[in-house]
Amino acid sequence: MLSYIDKIKEISRRLLKESKVDMVIGFRKGTVVMMNEPCFVKTVADVDKLVWDSNCGINLANYLANRTEKIGIVAKGCDSRNIVTHIIENKIKRDQVVIIGVPCKGMIDRHNIEAMAEAEIQEVIETDDTIQVKGAGFEKTLDKKEVLQENCAICVHRNPVIYDELVADEVKEQTDVDRYEDVRHIEALSPEEKWDFFEDLLSTCIRCYGCRNACPLCYCPTCFVDESRPQWVGKSQDSTDIRTFHFLRAYHCAGRCTDCGACERACPMGIKVRLFTKKLEKDCLELFDWEAGLTLEKRPPLDTYRPDDPDEFIR
Amino acid sequence: MKVIKIDKKEWAKGLERLSKTYQLFGPAKHEAFFVFKALEDGELPDLDVQNTRLSPRSVIYPQSEKMFEYTLDEDQEDHHILKEIDKEYSSRAIIGIRPCDAKAFLLVKRNFDAPEYKDPYWIKSYEATTLVGHGCNAPCSCCFCTTAGCGPFHEEGLDILLVDVDDTYLAKIITEKGDRLLAAAGWDTKTDTATNDPIENMKEAAEAKITSMVSTDQLKDKSTTDLFEASFWEDVSFACINCGTCTYVCPTCWCFDIQDETHGLSGIRMRNWDSCMYPLFTFHGSGHNPRDTKTQRVRQRFMHKLKYYVDKYDNGIQCVGCGRCVRFCPVNIDIRRVCDLMNSFEL
Ligand code: SF4
Ligand code: SF4
Ligand code: SF4
Ligand code: SF4
Repeated sequence: MLSYIDKIKEISRRLLKESKVDMVIGFRKGTVVMMNEPCFVKTVADVDKLVWDSNCGINLANYLANRTEKIGIVAKGCDSRNIVTHIIENKIKRDQVVIIGVPCKGMIDRHNIEAMAEAEIQEVIETDDTIQVKGAGFEKTLDKKEVLQENCAICVHRNPVIYDELVADEVKEQTDVDRYEDVRHIEALSPEEKWDFFEDLLSTCIRCYGCRNACPLCYCPTCFVDESRPQWVGKSQDSTDIRTFHFLRAYHCAGRCTDCGACERACPMGIKVRLFTKKLEKDCLELFDWEAGLTLEKRPPLDTYRPDDPDEFIR
Repeated sequence: MKVIKIDKKEWAKGLERLSKTYQLFGPAKHEAFFVFKALEDGELPDLDVQNTRLSPRSVIYPQSEKMFEYTLDEDQEDHHILKEIDKEYSSRAIIGIRPCDAKAFLLVKRNFDAPEYKDPYWIKSYEATTLVGHGCNAPCSCCFCTTAGCGPFHEEGLDILLVDVDDTYLAKIITEKGDRLLAAAGWDTKTDTATNDPIENMKEAAEAKITSMVSTDQLKDKSTTDLFEASFWEDVSFACINCGTCTYVCPTCWCFDIQDETHGLSGIRMRNWDSCMYPLFTFHGSGHNPRDTKTQRVRQRFMHKLKYYVDKYDNGIQCVGCGRCVRFCPVNIDIRRVCDLMNSFEL
């Protein structure tokens, strides 16, 4: 996957030189370990600052909504699905974007790797299959497959579903993954246990909204938690208000969430916020045979009505 | 300045005595990271921490703080009158605060304890708190305290500085508050043989380990309007998602928002931390928001910390170089990079 960068740069240079796009959105090298920074490149000369490695977990579709330029965008499988969702929801026009598709092999989980290290990680060296981490008095080499973000480990759409250019041959899609083990575990809990589970899950939430703001779906001009006339949700650290934010946000993502993991990656407190959206993702799959962002041809379940829609759950 | 030696074997006993008259706060491990918390009976502060995920700001200045209560019930005599909520300001101590976080309270004090405005809650809370610092022998790779007016053994803002030397803590008493705390802990202070030397040596060694730096020397001389209109803001702010992470993890951010919450006929007035990154921040009653784009908000954060504060107080930047915002920004916006851009900016 490291070799993709040459092709990303080549395509970006060409697109900019031929004025096919006004800017290319990609990543530049981060200033701390296991981080890259989303950036734009507007000139051929700047293309060299683009990078690609396993620290590109932020979903770049988040930077597209409401933009008016012609944009080249580097897109992994999940980013491409969120671009599809954006197009369906009229946040960007198809002919406004040139999608530079990246067949993805998964992004690494910085929270998890940090938690595994004895002390602060000062250096990370990546090869195609390994991640070597170093710090004061320790050094270890990890198998990349073992330290992927959880959503990447269970991803079944690693290849971009929509693209104009592809930086490499498609990768093999995973088929033998159990996508919903954690959701089934929660489904099996009693109401009291569920209550405790979520209370515990959210106990460290500081309401920074990193999860919401990293999510390409959360583009509402005014989020319901920010609405002040009238105000729907309290703004303090009250646990009911915190829960309301998370549950409602998850519902707003139903049938739209691609499980890109950007929300979870963004959380400074390491909260597994995908547990909320995954339940709805599972329901959409089971009830409506729907996975978000796979096609421009069909409308998503929440904005269509079919007489044969399942309705047992509202009886 | 007196330095005493505390045998680590005596550490727990002293803290226990201390807990009779002080409410103790200290770092504790929470799953994958450290937080500051009120220590339970017998719980020791975990001094193995490099630094906590969140700063100890909330010990003095809680994220949500109730100020008044009221009733709307017109049968009550005092309806529609705000009544102050009784609060507790008995002695407390933060054990194991890092020097950067302690210095940060002094920066915040310039705002909350200013000649023109006094914030009673912050001031009472700050005055009730004794800060027992812990020198950083192994600073993080993105701490840049030494060039942000602070340092791994910096004493300003601390009442006591603890330095970990083998099986003892050297405790340097910096203020009278510190002296009082030591007396209450009752550690054997007669073995007053320790000197300042080992502390000085360790301080130098720790400072030498800090490799991350910022330049701030030109900020004051730059024109505010030139910086405000600089072309780099679009590039600096592009990745920003306007979350509250940088401002909420920061020990020096102080902004808050006041909210009334009414349930039925009774209610409370409280204040909650606010963030200049949020859409409601500076949102006027008229519906106008002078900072309604991401770029404007990002610029505000950096201009406040690195220019307006510098100009207003003539006392350095509004940042102690703890590195938290650098480590936890989900999209890697790095104040060190922005500071250098601002400091070296030429029209
Ligand atoms: S909710 Fe999370 S996983 Fe789903 S699309 Fe948004 S950022 Fe991605
Ligand atoms: S990013 Fe994490 S801490 Fe911030 S609001 Fe979301 S869950 Fe809470
Ligand atoms: S700079 Fe980073 S942490 Fe701060 S608001 Fe922007 S994205 Fe969030
Ligand atoms: S601005 Fe960043 S580095 Fe400076 S004190 Fe705040 S969190 Fe720490």
